[in-house]
Amino acid sequence: MSLINSLRVFFALAATGLAGTAQAALHFNMPVGVTEISREVYHLHMLIFWICVVIGIVVFGVMIWSLVYHRKSRGHKAAQFHESTTVEIAWTVVPFVILIGMAIPAAGTLIKMEDTSDSDITIKATGYQWLWEYEYLEDGVQFYSRMDNASNEARQLNSGINPADVENYLRDVDNRVIVPVDKKVRLLLTSNDVIHAWWVPELGGKKDAIPGYINEIWFRVDEVGVYRGQCAELCGRGHAYMPIVVEAVPQAKYDAWVKEQGGGEKDAEQVADAGDAAQAGDETATDATSDDAVDSSSDQEGDSEEASAEDGDSDSKDASNEDSESSEAADTKELNKADLMAKGKEVYNTNCAACHQADGSGLEAAGFPAMKGSKVATGPVDEHIKQTLNGQNAMPPFKGTLNDEQLAAVITYERNAFGNETGDLVQPAQVKQLR
Amino acid sequence: MSNAHAAHDGHHDDHEHHGPPPGLMRWIKTTNHKDLGTLYLWFSFTMFMIGGMMALVIRAELFQPGLQLVDPGFFNQMTTMHALVMIFGGVMPGFVGLANWMIPMMIGASDLALPRINNWGFWLLPFAFLLLLSTLLVPGGGPAAGWTMYPPLVLQSADALPMLIFAVHLMGISSITGAINIVVTILNMRTPGMTLLKMPLFVWTWLITAYLLIAVMPVLAGAVTMLLTDSFFGTTFFNAAGGGDPVMFQHIFWFFGHPEVYIMILPAFGIVSMIVPTFARKHLFGYDSMVYAVASIAFLSFIVWAHHMFTVGMPVAGELFFMFATMLIAVPTGVKVFNWVATMWKGSMTFETPMLFAIAFIFLFTIGGFSGLMLAIVPADFQYHDTYFVVAHFHYVLVPGAVFSIMAGVYYWLPKWTGHMYNERVGQLHFWLTTIFVNVTFFPQHFSGLAGMPRRIPDYAVQFTEFNMISSVGAFGFGFSQLILLYVVVSCIRGGKPATSRVWEGARGLEWTVASPAPYHTFETPPDLPDEEITSAQEAHV
Repeated sequence: MSLINSLRVFFALAATGLAGTAQAALHFNMPVGVTEISREVYHLHMLIFWICVVIGIVVFGVMIWSLVYHRKSRGHKAAQFHESTTVEIAWTVVPFVILIGMAIPAAGTLIKMEDTSDSDITIKATGYQWLWEYEYLEDGVQFYSRMDNASNEARQLNSGINPADVENYLRDVDNRVIVPVDKKVRLLLTSNDVIHAWWVPELGGKKDAIPGYINEIWFRVDEVGVYRGQCAELCGRGHAYMPIVVEAVPQAKYDAWVKEQGGGEKDAEQVADAGDAAQAGDETATDATSDDAVDSSSDQEGDSEEASAEDGDSDSKDASNEDSESSEAADTKELNKADLMAKGKEVYNTNCAACHQADGSGLEAAGFPAMKGSKVATGPVDEHIKQTLNGQNAMPPFKGTLNDEQLAAVITYERNAFGNETGDLVQPAQVKQLR
Repeated sequence: MSNAHAAHDGHHDDHEHHGPPPGLMRWIKTTNHKDLGTLYLWFSFTMFMIGGMMALVIRAELFQPGLQLVDPGFFNQMTTMHALVMIFGGVMPGFVGLANWMIPMMIGASDLALPRINNWGFWLLPFAFLLLLSTLLVPGGGPAAGWTMYPPLVLQSADALPMLIFAVHLMGISSITGAINIVVTILNMRTPGMTLLKMPLFVWTWLITAYLLIAVMPVLAGAVTMLLTDSFFGTTFFNAAGGGDPVMFQHIFWFFGHPEVYIMILPAFGIVSMIVPTFARKHLFGYDSMVYAVASIAFLSFIVWAHHMFTVGMPVAGELFFMFATMLIAVPTGVKVFNWVATMWKGSMTFETPMLFAIAFIFLFTIGGFSGLMLAIVPADFQYHDTYFVVAHFHYVLVPGAVFSIMAGVYYWLPKWTGHMYNERVGQLHFWLTTIFVNVTFFPQHFSGLAGMPRRIPDYAVQFTEFNMISSVGAFGFGFSQLILLYVVVSCIRGGKPATSRVWEGARGLEWTVASPAPYHTFETPPDLPDEEITSAQEAHV
């Protein structure tokens, strides 16, 4: 957009600001949100805001009066006073009293926000660079949630796609978090790599997802709808690209969704991997409540996850890995090259292109090697598979986030695209062997 | 005290009445507080320009949604480096430069107490920043985990990590040497009769700032050293898998970081407290309470650190404590603002450029204070945290706060340094452009933050477009307006209307009793302290 256009936007804004109409498409203020807490937070925010406005009017008013009238050019002679203990005491005590008036409601809301007891459902969210994993502890649903493809294509450097043409640009995902309305949902937050933060403004607040910690946050949505947010803690180059979408639905619809997701039986491999992620030894002081609650919710599934989350010793990692090997169903499906390449391209564009670029050219300056003609992608297949599974340097391990088929596909793609003509076909079984 | 003076007198005897030696070596070998002050100030200006260019890369990318100019990794390097360069290279050396120039002249000392340390402290900085900036050229690029360097993310930095850590160590050594020098000078070298409560407020605020620096720079050094050993020597201070704790880094960092915030604002309070009385032609209102307020703010700065990290999941009791302690800071800060307003009240004001910047400081810093108070409210902070609302808040206190005070100080003392009056019309043009653009840049960020835009992202959802465009236009306007400052300063050095020694009609203080430009050596013997030069109004009690 040209400078002229932006100036036009600026003046239009100034005009709407003056007219005091702050609706339209522009959001000037915090959303009121759809939970009791978010509304309380909003009102607290507005209370403090108006107190500041009143103080501002008084202080700036006196100052402006003085600037206008007490100037030398109007012939004003300087007075000689320069101290008054009474005045000093007054303007120490009065602000103090105002602060107490703010602190009381703030403390009340805070205590409510931190009370995660008596929740109806518990969802564990794990942050990865750069996607979220969700596990419904009672209902046995588990899935990964990544930014949708439309946004992902448009967000590439000079993609040529206008973000305004993409629906919910950067704020849409492949799998939404489905929650029932009017139910207290407790979210357990942790991370598999660096610190992330889970934030949906309309649900009223955010909390960090920290490797080695389990944090808690809760919400009770009272309106059916789709609420969007994103990661709020800098987590590397994909930080802007890990959206969060929560869809609140009536209970019946939620139950149907759980059934559709195969709730109750979980894919043992993925549970184990998740447990791997949450080797939480060192909880915050809220751990007492969290432990109790987790215990009560553990009857249905996820015992392995439970154990590793609570033990927190480094053994749990190995244990869960063994679990995953032994419990994995034999998946000997053979795929043909066309399928592998098609699926591989999709996986590549979602998971790999951010660093290695969609055309495989990499970004040498930033330390991301090219795929085209790379030693790994054209060398021994096993090494390539191992590196993709386990990561190297800045490259994260993908064994937790991609399944055998996805890995087989993406490795096949990398070995046969961008002019890499190895002709190798990698099958899921081969990946599984090297896990 | 007398020994120190005797030593200095002896030292300077051989080249009394001589100017500085000519040539480049003057600047490399100098131990003169005025030369070093000048070096610090030019270094600071250079860093403002470099950090400013990084800010413009950020704002150019954020002008519209989508990725047009830079890779997200490089964008993160820019946000990280912008902060490090501005904080450690721009604001802090700017204040040290003003302290170098003015503190000895304000307290009637011949120089700082430790002139060679002073030289070393300055010359560490170019090397520190050469090291820091050269990370942009190494494989993997510069640090990209934010200036807060949170692990585990920062441990993913490639070759930049050890360079960053070593650069931080160098900056820390430089700051500590500067701080020790200032403490020793102020406590030992005041002219007879200048009791602590007769010191100009700029000296008071720097004394307290120097103590803060000595207290917290070693904490930062410890934190980054633990990062170094975690990264290279197999320790797991910040790794939960090895029994460590990533959140512990944040506690240690912010135990440094919050006093650091006040290190960047207390000297600003000092400068404004010098300028407002001069141009209101009135004594500073409530001198004693100003000193106590600064001391209280400094004390409180040590017990509020966790308000930077409310979302890490602290116990409720901890959150309540840090919320209440943080809100308390509003009391002494409010006292300062009220005192400035009372100083202006019934004054006889004129509005030269330094006064304009000081008034803008009071207005805009107060706005930053209001958003700070809002951020202290933990439930609301859960919404504000890590959004552009925070970005708007700290830029309001740092740019129209700290940076405006440095500019105000430069305009205020420039005639004393150069012996010439600067061009008032161009100075005021600089002021108005700067003030308008700073608001165009940062005010809309309150809105985009409240509407839900996280900070440190290279690309954003389309509903934030308008505010980001306005902000980017403002940023370019602000950046280019600073070339006017360069023009004013350079032309003032080269010539202009000769300045009187008093320079400003209402100015008080020993620095205004020496000629303009200030001779290379001032107060080789401690001067008398006439009542009319005492800025604290203490003589009224005598």
